[in-house]
Amino acid sequence: MPVKVRTSRNLWASYSRVPLLGWFCGALIAAGLERFVGTPVALAMGLPKIPVLFGLDIMLKKPILVPNAILYVLLVYGLPMGVTTRSSISLANRLATWLFRFPIAITVAVHLALLYATLHLWAGISDYRALVLKLTLIAVMLTLSLNVINGYMGEFSCSHPGFMALGAYCASVFTVGLFVDDRLFGAVFLPPTLGPYLFPIALILGGFLASFGALFVAIPSFRTRGDYLAIISLAFLFIVKSLIENLEFVRGPRGLSGQPDWADLPTVFLWTVLCVWSINNFVRSTIGKALNAVRDNEMAASAMTVDTRRTKIVAFLFAAFWAGVAGGLFAHVLRYVNPSTFGIQNLAEVLAMVYFGGLNSVYGSIVGAVSISLLGEALRPLEIFKWIIIPLLLILVMIFRPTGLVAFKDLDVTSLLRPKQNPGGEV
Amino acid sequence: MVIFFQNLVNALQWGSFYALIALGYSMVYSILMLFNFAHGDIFMVGAYIGFGVSIGLLALSSSGALAMPNWLILALTILFSMFLTSFVGMIVERVGYRPLRNAPRASAAITGLMIGIILETGNLALLGARRVSFPSLIETTVYNVGGVFVTNKKIMIVLVSLLLTLALHQFVRRTKWGMAMRAMAFDFAVVPLMGVPVNTMIALTFAIGSALAAAAGILFGVAYPVLDPYMGILFGWKAFVAAILGGRGSILGATLAGFLLGFTEIFVAMIFPSTLRDLIAYSIILLILTFRPHGFFGEPYSARLRL
Repeated sequence: MPVKVRTSRNLWASYSRVPLLGWFCGALIAAGLERFVGTPVALAMGLPKIPVLFGLDIMLKKPILVPNAILYVLLVYGLPMGVTTRSSISLANRLATWLFRFPIAITVAVHLALLYATLHLWAGISDYRALVLKLTLIAVMLTLSLNVINGYMGEFSCSHPGFMALGAYCASVFTVGLFVDDRLFGAVFLPPTLGPYLFPIALILGGFLASFGALFVAIPSFRTRGDYLAIISLAFLFIVKSLIENLEFVRGPRGLSGQPDWADLPTVFLWTVLCVWSINNFVRSTIGKALNAVRDNEMAASAMTVDTRRTKIVAFLFAAFWAGVAGGLFAHVLRYVNPSTFGIQNLAEVLAMVYFGGLNSVYGSIVGAVSISLLGEALRPLEIFKWIIIPLLLILVMIFRPTGLVAFKDLDVTSLLRPKQNPGGEV
Repeated sequence: MVIFFQNLVNALQWGSFYALIALGYSMVYSILMLFNFAHGDIFMVGAYIGFGVSIGLLALSSSGALAMPNWLILALTILFSMFLTSFVGMIVERVGYRPLRNAPRASAAITGLMIGIILETGNLALLGARRVSFPSLIETTVYNVGGVFVTNKKIMIVLVSLLLTLALHQFVRRTKWGMAMRAMAFDFAVVPLMGVPVNTMIALTFAIGSALAAAAGILFGVAYPVLDPYMGILFGWKAFVAAILGGRGSILGATLAGFLLGFTEIFVAMIFPSTLRDLIAYSIILLILTFRPHGFFGEPYSARLRL
């Protein structure tokens, strides 16, 4: 037992033995605490209401409240999480070990349920939080799918907002046309109660349309790559945008509105999980390795019997599919889309998320999407200076870590969820 | 026929903006193998610097301290702004590209994009969201040539841009610096061994590209006297398309492709409803690139290219 004594002397070292299960439980407790006693605590701290994004917005709006906001965050998030995770190390590890006796799917399901419960409680505080959370999850999907092309395959594709637009419009036309009494598409075609069940079909159709669009980028990619492919994909983006602007049956540049409110938090969360799962499996499969081979040296890859054409086309179609699904969700979260949403601005944002988080890594995409979206929201009080700070941050990341924060790291679910300590207490 | 020639004149003017901006992309590309994505915003900064310089010169002139005719003011504005904007280009290179010279090219592309955003936002923060109007320095005179209306501004714009392109061509062909640039485009690794100061040459390349973009910005201000901080985005990306279409690193190619893009956009707008302009123009470009994936004057794709 001397090992245990030595490690527990060091407070920080002891936290390295907390399994993910422990962290998730701690987060759930913190979120629940905020839900039930958040308002009184906030009032006691002299804050007008519960700080929406970890107090950052309050700190930036009223600098005099900085200590109060920090105190609130420490009291509501830091303290409960710190105490519960620390005190439940052995319990959480025992639980995690027990869960590991069952198929891994059960462990994953338990973790996801905990994560969802935490997010649900956290987002239940205000509609704004829920919206930010949904958009962040959609950004995760987009970033991941772009990472398949730009990170794993090593092309510089600029067409992602175009895929997203195709998905968004296809899904919107499906739902608005069938389930909503709309001036353009006529009366309700199917009973709206059926809607939420058919919503996945709308999203999948959007994904398929985006995949179809991806053919126009994937086929030229057989003969060229690098800058020319960047241009082809950029031209594709302009074409899609211009096409939608000229299609009168989706109201052209005025945009399409009135999507039913089916993209609630569970739906978005579920689709995000599905997306992360399938993309993670995709990039860890043989075809994912083939993607890396094509990126590093196309000729060598083809000499090693990698079918480069098939690899490229599959990667493009797959990535575009998820971008289309993300677009469909995006349209139903905002319940309004117009073509100018999917322009150069959007492209710069998604590219920033991919390269900030890290190329060739699922972790990186999640980190990049979450941090850039949350930062974008939290720095909102700074108004336009936000768009000086975020680019500066990105430039610094590029200078010091040119491939992004967490690049080239595999997401291995088993090792992520593994208990960090044997039940006996030995490390 | 008259309509055709009228549009030809308009297309020449429109294409000369694209051509001037595309030159900057192309020059940087030929040496560093990367596209300076902040270039469109340097065009915008150049236009704003031109605006500031021309206002200053007009005030100086009207105060009587140094009376100048308006055409002289315009010429001085172009020269001064080209000079000042070249420093912007050098700063962008120093901050955004030099630290990343050995990094993956995509990372440098991202810093370029981000510097572009900083330039836009910085402009917005300094001058506010209102648009400024470029002072009209020369009176518009309309010449009627057999039914085709040609203004002196259009003639001037096309002439100045052709002149600058020619000057650049001569610079690259005839001077020692130009020779060093060509050598660096040919083999980047060996040139430093020959005693060429690589960093200076790269800074010079950025400076020249930015100066050309500034000239394009002022000419744009003369033709369409409303400036706004986001005017560089679309122009920049479209000129980027032109630079690629011309074949990377080719001065002749970039100029030709710039004009070609201008022609396509104007003539598509002539034949079809103007809302279809982008759709058809880019479909044509996509077709061209499908059959000629390396542009007009570029070398074919080989596995040697690094990314």
